[in-house]
Amino acid sequence: MDLSQAYASMTGDLANTMSLLIVALAGLALVVFDAFKNRHAATPWIAGLALTAGFVFEVSRIGSAEGMAYYNMLRTGGSAAFVNALVLGSGVLSVILTAPYLKRIGHNIGEAYSMILFATVGMLVLGSANNLVTVFVGLETMSICLYILTGFIRSGPGSTESAFKYFLLGAFSTGFFLYGIALLYGATGTMDISAMRDTVADGGSIVFWAGVAMLLVGFLFKVSAAPFHMWTPDVYQGAPTTITGFMSTASKTAAFASLILILNVALPGERWSEVLAVFAVITMVLGNVIALSQSNIKRMLAYSSIAHAGYILVGLAAGSADGYSGALFYLMVYTIMNIGAFGVIALLEWDKKEGSEQTLDSLAGIGYKKPLLGWTMAVFMFSLAGFPPLGGFLGKWAVFAPAVEAGYVWLAIVGVLTSAVSAYYYLRVLVVFFMKPEDAQSGAAATNFVIPKSSAAVLIFCVVLLFLLGVTTYAIELTGSFF
Amino acid sequence: MLMTAPIMFFVFAIVALAAALGMLLSKNPVSSALWLILNLFCVAGLYLTLNAEFIAVIQVLVYAGAIMVLFVFVIMLLNLAELPDLKKVEWRRIIAFTMGMGLLSMLTFISANALDMLPNPPSLAAAAENGSVTNLGKALFTVYAMPLEIIGILLLAATIGAVVIAKRKPV
Amino acid sequence: MEITLNWYLTLSALLFTMGVLGFLFRRNAIMMLMCVELMLNSVNITLVAFSQYLGDVSGQILVFFVMSVAAAEAAVGLALIIAIFRGKLTVDVTKINLFKY
Repeated sequence: MDLSQAYASMTGDLANTMSLLIVALAGLALVVFDAFKNRHAATPWIAGLALTAGFVFEVSRIGSAEGMAYYNMLRTGGSAAFVNALVLGSGVLSVILTAPYLKRIGHNIGEAYSMILFATVGMLVLGSANNLVTVFVGLETMSICLYILTGFIRSGPGSTESAFKYFLLGAFSTGFFLYGIALLYGATGTMDISAMRDTVADGGSIVFWAGVAMLLVGFLFKVSAAPFHMWTPDVYQGAPTTITGFMSTASKTAAFASLILILNVALPGERWSEVLAVFAVITMVLGNVIALSQSNIKRMLAYSSIAHAGYILVGLAAGSADGYSGALFYLMVYTIMNIGAFGVIALLEWDKKEGSEQTLDSLAGIGYKKPLLGWTMAVFMFSLAGFPPLGGFLGKWAVFAPAVEAGYVWLAIVGVLTSAVSAYYYLRVLVVFFMKPEDAQSGAAATNFVIPKSSAAVLIFCVVLLFLLGVTTYAIELTGSFF
Repeated sequence: MLMTAPIMFFVFAIVALAAALGMLLSKNPVSSALWLILNLFCVAGLYLTLNAEFIAVIQVLVYAGAIMVLFVFVIMLLNLAELPDLKKVEWRRIIAFTMGMGLLSMLTFISANALDMLPNPPSLAAAAENGSVTNLGKALFTVYAMPLEIIGILLLAATIGAVVIAKRKPV
Repeated sequence: MEITLNWYLTLSALLFTMGVLGFLFRRNAIMMLMCVELMLNSVNITLVAFSQYLGDVSGQILVFFVMSVAAAEAAVGLALIIAIFRGKLTVDVTKINLFKY
C-alpha cells in the first residue's frame, strides 16, 4: 500500500471522527497545560468544552448513514454515533460534577481531567471499533485510565487498594480476552469483525467457539456481570464518587456496544443466546439479592449496577434487532439515572471524607434539609426501580419485551420479579432520606453545606431527561432505527 | 512447513516450560523474575523459528529489556521478604487447581483439533516475507495507523498515572 | 519429524495455564503481576503462529500492541504496588482486602 495514498485517505477520515480527534487533542493539551499551570481553574473547563464539542458533533451525526473510517477500523454515523454521543454525554456530566467534588475533598489534581479525556478516547474507540485489534486497543486504553482514576486519590484508606484489586483482576481478564481474540483470528483468518461471518458460514469450528467463549469472559468482566462481578463493589466504593458515576456508565456503554456489534455482525446463528440468558439470570438475581443487605449506599449502588447489567443482558439474549436496540435505549436511561444518583451521593460527602465510609443511616432526614437532593434522588431511585412514568420503566419494557418475543418468557419473569425485589432497597433510601428522624449531632442534616449551582443544574437536567424519556417515544424509536 | 530445524523448537519449548515452572515454584521474587526473563528469551527464539524476526527482536527489547528490568527494580526497591506459608487448608487453592486443570484440558483439546480446520499454510519464503520489518512497518503506518496513535495515548496516560500514583507525598 | 501449528498452540496453551494457575495460587502481588505477563506472552505465541500460518500480518500487529499494553500495565501495576507498600509494608494480597462483604 502506498504511503502517500494512505495518508490522503486518512486525512479524509479525520472529518468523520472529529469527536475522537477533539477529545484526544484536548487531553494532550491538558497534560501540557497542567504542567505549567498546576490546578488552574480553566482545566475542567477545557475538558468539559472538548467533551461537549465532541458530543455536539456526534449528535449531529446520529441521523447520517453508517460508514467506516481508517481502513474499516472504526464505524461512524448511525448506532456508532449514538453510542459515542452517550459516552461523551456521560463524560460532560461527570466532568461538571467532578470539578467541585475534587475541590471539596481537597484533591484537585489536574491530571484527573486528562485521564478522563484519555479514558473517553478509549471508550470512543471501543464503542465504535470494527476490528478486533481496535477493540483490544480501545478496551485497554479505557481500562488503564480507569485503574489510574480509581487510585489517584491517596488520602482515604480504600482508594489505592480498590484500584489495585481492579487492576489485578482487570489484567487477568485481559489475558482471557486476548486469548479469545487469538482463537477467533486463527479460526477465521481475519481481525475484521464484519468480515468474520462469511468465514464461519458452516456454523463455526471448535476453535471459533472457544474463542467466542473466552472473548465473552473478557466482556462480561468489563460490564461486571456475575459471576465476574467480584471487583465491582470494592472498586465502586473505593473510587472517587463522581468517577464511579463515570465508569459505571460510560465504560459499560462502550463495552456493551462492542459486544452488541460482535454478536450482531460476527456470530452466526443463535447458539450463544441461551448462554447469555443464563448469565443474565445469575447477574440479576445475585446483584439484586446482595444489594438488599448493603448498609453503605455506594456499595448498594454498585450491586444495583450489577443488576442493571443483567437487565441489559436480557436484551442481548433475545438476539433480535429489537433486543439490541432495547439494550441501547436501556444504556441511555441507565447512564442518566446512575450519573444522577452518584452525583447526589457525591454532594452528600460534605465533610471531605470519601463516601467509602458513609453509611446510609448517617443520611437520615437529609431529604427535608436539602430538598433538591432529596427530590432528585427520589426520581433517580424510582427510575432505577422501574416505576412509570420515568425512563427506567420504558427501558425495562424495551429489554424484556424482545426477550418474550424470542421465547424467553421465563427470563422476562425473572427480570420482573428481581425488579420488584430491587424496589425494596431503592425505596429504603427514600425512607431514610425522608421518614427517619434526623440525627442532630452527627447526621448529615446537622451540617450546613452548599450545593454548587453547576451540580444542581446537572441533577435537574437528569431528572427532566428521565421524565422526557419516560413519556415520549422519540428516543426509543431512534434506537429502534439502528438495527 | 514453516520450520527449518525441529530441534530448535524443542529446545526452546522445553526451556520455556521449565523456566515458567521455575518462576511459579521459586519463593524468592527476584529468582522468579529471572526465570521469567529466561522464559521470555526462549519465546523470542520460538518467534525466530516461526520466521517472525521483527517480533522476536521487539520481544527481547521490550519484555526482557524494559518490562522485566522494571520488575527487578521494584522488587529490589521494596526489599521484599518471603511470605510465610499458610497453615490452614485453603479452599481457594483447590478451586484454583481444578479451574486451571479444566482450562488446560480445554485449551489443549482445542489446540490438538486446530490444524484440520484452518487454511493451508503458505510457503517458507512467504512466511519470512510476512514477518519482515518492511511488511509490518507498512501495515503499522497505513492500515493500523489509528490504533498505533491510540497506543501512544495509552502509554502517555500510563506514564502520567504511574507518576501520580507512586509520588511520595499525597497531593 | 515436522513441527506443525499444533505444537505452537499447545505450548501456548500450557504456558497460559501455568500463568493462570500462578495467578490464582500466589499471594505475592508482584508475582501475580508476573503471571499476568506470562499469560499475555503465551497468547502472543498463538497470535504469531496463526499470523505466520495464515500469511496475514494483522496478528503480529496485535502482538506489537499487546507488548505496549503489557508495558503500560506493568508501569501502572508496579506504581500501585509501591503506593500500597508505603502504607501497609506488605504485598500480600490476602492482607490488602479492605472492604468487607
